[in-house]
Amino acid sequence: MTIPPLLDVRNLKVRYPIKTGLFGKPVDSIAAVDDVSFTLERGETLGLVGESGCGKSTLGRTILALQQPAGGAVMFRNQDVFCLSPGERKHQRRFAQMIFQNPRSCFDPRRTLGASVRMALDIQEMLAPSERDAAVAEIFRKVGLRPEHRLRYPHELSGGQLQRVGIARALILKPDLIVCDEPVSALDVSVQAQILNLLNDLRQEFGLALIFVSHNLAVVEYIADRVAVMYYGRIVELAPTHQLFNNPRHPYTKALLSAVPSIDFTRRHEPMPKLGDPPNPARLPSGCRFRSRCPMAMPRCAEEDPAMTALAAGHDVACHAALTAS
Amino acid sequence: MSKALLAIQGVKTEFRLGRARALQAVQGVDLSISAGEIVGLVGESGSGKSVLALSMLRLVQPPGQITDGHILFDGEDVMQMSARALSAWRGRDVGMIFQQPQSCLNPVKRIGWQVAEPLLRHEKIGRKAAWAAAIDLLRAVGIPAPEEKVLAYPHELSGGQAQRVMIAIALALKPRLLIADEPTTALDVTIQAQILELLSERCRTLGTSLLLVTHDLGVVARIADRVAVMYAGRIVEEGPVEAMLTAPSHPYTKGLIAAAPQLGQAQGGRLKDIPGAIPDLSRPYAGCAFAPRCELRQSLSLKACDNAQPAPTTVGSAHTVRCFGAAGSIQSEMRVTS
Repeated sequence: MTIPPLLDVRNLKVRYPIKTGLFGKPVDSIAAVDDVSFTLERGETLGLVGESGCGKSTLGRTILALQQPAGGAVMFRNQDVFCLSPGERKHQRRFAQMIFQNPRSCFDPRRTLGASVRMALDIQEMLAPSERDAAVAEIFRKVGLRPEHRLRYPHELSGGQLQRVGIARALILKPDLIVCDEPVSALDVSVQAQILNLLNDLRQEFGLALIFVSHNLAVVEYIADRVAVMYYGRIVELAPTHQLFNNPRHPYTKALLSAVPSIDFTRRHEPMPKLGDPPNPARLPSGCRFRSRCPMAMPRCAEEDPAMTALAAGHDVACHAALTAS
Repeated sequence: MSKALLAIQGVKTEFRLGRARALQAVQGVDLSISAGEIVGLVGESGSGKSVLALSMLRLVQPPGQITDGHILFDGEDVMQMSARALSAWRGRDVGMIFQQPQSCLNPVKRIGWQVAEPLLRHEKIGRKAAWAAAIDLLRAVGIPAPEEKVLAYPHELSGGQAQRVMIAIALALKPRLLIADEPTTALDVTIQAQILELLSERCRTLGTSLLLVTHDLGVVARIADRVAVMYAGRIVEEGPVEAMLTAPSHPYTKGLIAAAPQLGQAQGGRLKDIPGAIPDLSRPYAGCAFAPRCELRQSLSLKACDNAQPAPTTVGSAHTVRCFGAAGSIQSEMRVTS
């Protein structure tokens, strides 16, 4: 028997209502996540990239059952996260944690940081109460803070230090999976490098699986093992990092990659992609949703929504043109 | 180098925090921008780059104030201008665009009138002619179907379109200087690429000088002619874009370039971070502000860094650096390669 993956997302759909009828019933909605499937093994890092509004954060939140789906299933540690009793859910939460973009908004300003981190242990009733403070001190050291920082309040720390506390709080429960939602986007590059190095060390030490949501492709290339590119609710390409960045097959992936401004001066005069403006998410084009901005669009793209198809081992793409070319 | 359009000398800007304390946001900056030149002003948050940009136009609001320095625009002293002259100058000769275009547009006015407003105010032109000019301006910044879009309200625009409209407004009077403060930071990378191209194309066509304030060296690499790097209220290195990116001299510039992960870089290795954090600008210090984070100072064990401010040293053609260690190390590097 094969070992099931740590996380198995199957045909997940999330819809947000944008208009409600007379009795509050949604009459029109946006598919923020539209039929997304993928798996994640233990210790693996999946990068999730795409433009704003493509549903990457919603997907991350739904995996942790912070958002109710409209369809599909998320199997985490062999249990469907949407079919749990409150007790089971609390137990499940121990193994799946989250790190947010803005660490300043996710700590209680009136509580010391040590108390905020300890609270995770208290809620999960992990360790004997007398051992918990020592565990907090230990995890503070692990993320590069001094034990004295436990007594500080959020406003006393810089953004980078606070993000380290955010990581400490996620890590103290020894989870299997951490969803990182733009964890370094609010940080300056010198501090961003510190946090990326820390995440990289910790995931190896703790055997963590990460879902790393980011709009910054270079950051994702640095940290991820595999990368999924999202476009308006759909994963359009999913491949091992090296393959995706060196041999992108979907025209959207290609455009995204060529749009990243490089500090390599020799690339200064490379042409920028002309993608045009994004579509209205409530009125996506028929067939392939990227069709309206695609330089390779064919008549078939208007009629048939391309399905994810394997081009090579582990390299899936949803594009008619890419599939006929291979 | 041609004559400077804007030249600032020794500008200091501070924010009063109380009776005895002040945050020294800009601590004596010299910078000049030539006609038609695109200058990138790079720094991390808190480096003072936005305050410097505002200081150039005397737009710093209390409790902030410019305490010292000269600002010369085409030979004219901006610090001495009367309120009326200042307002006319800002409208006619300079334009400014910001990070959040949606928050700069009036939500209850059609964008056509907002684009036409500077024309109506500063040029003797009728409403009809201004309206027609607005359509042309929107076409020039790549707004599709400008005849219809002039009637739109700001909430009907996407972020990229709103920034295009801001560019149209800022360039309506063909100003001689445009200051863009993080114009693409809030935009997606595909839209950012288009806005950068538009900015550089419009400025080159109109002969407008551009000061591009950004934290992203990649953005600067794409369109700037010259780059100035700011740290803790001072410009630490300044030079032509190619020299700055291929042969940076200041340890902070080197650190910034190394710290940002780049596409195609070998994966999995350690990123070269800059340890520590920016200093508290409300506490005066004698030495170089970067010294506590500086590797070069440690390896050379320089004493001067803690006690004095490094003076600008020329390390190449129009390339200056403020660092006690860098000037020496550049020479030794040159010896090795030659």
